[in-house]
Amino acid sequence: MTAPVTISVTVNGERVEAHVLPRLHLADFLREHLKLTGTHLGCEHGVCGACTVRVGGEIVRSCLMLAVQANGAVVETIEGLSDSGEIADLQAAFRDRNALQCGFCTPGMLMAAQDLLRENPAPAREEIREHLSGNYCRCTGYHAIIDAIETTARARMELKA
Amino acid sequence: MKAAAFAYARATSVANALELLAVHGEKARVLSGGQSLIPAMNLRLVAPDVIVDIGELAELRGIAVKGETLVIGALTRHADLLKSSDIVKCAPLLGAAAAHVAHPAIRNRGTIGGSLAQADPASELPACMLALGASIVVHGPGGERRIAAEDFFTGIYETQLAPQDLLVAIELPVARTGSAHFFQEFARRHGDYAIVGLAAQAVLQGDRFADLRLGYFAVGDKPVLAKAAGKLAGVAITPALLAEASDALSHELDPHEDQQATPAMRRHLARVLLARCVASLLNRPDLNIGGRA
Repeated sequence: MTAPVTISVTVNGERVEAHVLPRLHLADFLREHLKLTGTHLGCEHGVCGACTVRVGGEIVRSCLMLAVQANGAVVETIEGLSDSGEIADLQAAFRDRNALQCGFCTPGMLMAAQDLLRENPAPAREEIREHLSGNYCRCTGYHAIIDAIETTARARMELKA
Repeated sequence: MKAAAFAYARATSVANALELLAVHGEKARVLSGGQSLIPAMNLRLVAPDVIVDIGELAELRGIAVKGETLVIGALTRHADLLKSSDIVKCAPLLGAAAAHVAHPAIRNRGTIGGSLAQADPASELPACMLALGASIVVHGPGGERRIAAEDFFTGIYETQLAPQDLLVAIELPVARTGSAHFFQEFARRHGDYAIVGLAAQAVLQGDRFADLRLGYFAVGDKPVLAKAAGKLAGVAITPALLAEASDALSHELDPHEDQQATPAMRRHLARVLLARCVASLLNRPDLNIGGRA
C-alpha cells in the first residue's frame, strides 16, 4: 500500500493528473513535480509560512498537507495569483516600500496578505500583524510589510469609493 | 525533513475507518486536518505504517443544535468554530479560544477532533472541553460510547482513545441564561503555544457565581479543571476570599518546567489569570489584585 496513489488536482486553473507517493507533501508536489518553485519550503513543520498556498480558496500550509489530500481540490499558488494580476498592486506596494530583501518569505507573505484583504478590506495594523503572525520574515523586521499591506488596502478602498 | 514512507487509506465511511483501524491497530494513525500529525511525521517524531485519512467523511463535519445540546462533528475546523453563529449563541468560549489556535492557514485545516485526540497539554480546546463540561463521542469495536472530558485526557498526548477508536463528535450543553465566559493565555507571540492559559465558563446570579468552571492549560501534563473554583461559587466575593482561592489554586497546580517558564512562573501566571477572570466576569476591577503578569 506504500504504492503511488493517483490524484487529480486543479492547479492555477489547469487540471493535473499524477501518481504520487503518500508521503509526498503538497509543497514538494508543486515544486518537484510541477516545477512551480514560487512556493518556498522553510521549516517543513508549519512554523514559517513560506509554503502558504490556497486550497479551495483558503490559505493553508502546503508542507502540512499531503498531495493525496489535495485530490479533487482547487490549488492556487503564487504563480497563479501573480499571472492573473490579482495581486499586482500588492506586489508593487511590496517593491515600493522595500517590504522584501532576500524574498524567501515573500510568496507566503503575499498569499497571507491577500487572504486578509479579501476578508477584511480595511484592516487595522494590529489585525495585519495578527493575520501574518504565522509568516516569518528574517530580513525586514515586518514594519515595511505591514506598511505595504496597509497602503494596498487604502488604495483598493479608494478605487472602490 | 520529509515523513517516512507509509501506506495510505482513504476512509469512505465511519464504518470503513473503524474496519481499517481494527485491522491495523497501533500501526495506524488517523489523519484528520493533519496540523499536528504531519509536522510530527515530517520531524520523524512519529512514523506510522498506515495513515487512515478521514478527511472526506462529510458526516463528521458540521455544527448542530439538538435541543439543549450542541453537537460538533470531529472534522469541524477551527476556522468553522470562528465563523459559526451556533457557537456564538451556544458556546462562545470556543470561538474566543479558536482565535488563539495557531495561525489562519493552520486554522483552515486543523480540526476540533484532531486537537482533542492529539491532547497536547498546551492546546486551547481540551481546556475548553473541561470548562464546558463536554462529552467526547467515540466509535469503537464495541459501538458508540461517550466519555466525559474530565476523564478523557489522561496525560501528555494521551487520552482514553484506544488505537481502534475513532473520535466522531463533541457534545456540549447549550449555554444557560446568565452564562459568561473568559479566555486568556500568555504566549510569546500570537498563535504560539501558551505558557499558561485559562478557559473559564460561569453562570452568574446577581453579583455571584452560581457556577464557575476553570479550565487551565499548559500547567502540567494535561488540562486541569481547577478545584479552587469551588471556593468562589455561591458566595459574595471579597479580595480576601479571592486571595484564598488563588492560594488554593497555586497549591493544586503542579506545573512543569520547560524552555518557556519555570513552575513558579507558571503558578504566578495562573494566579494572575484567576484574578483577571473573576474581575472581568463579575465586572469588579477592584478584584484584579496582583493582576499584573
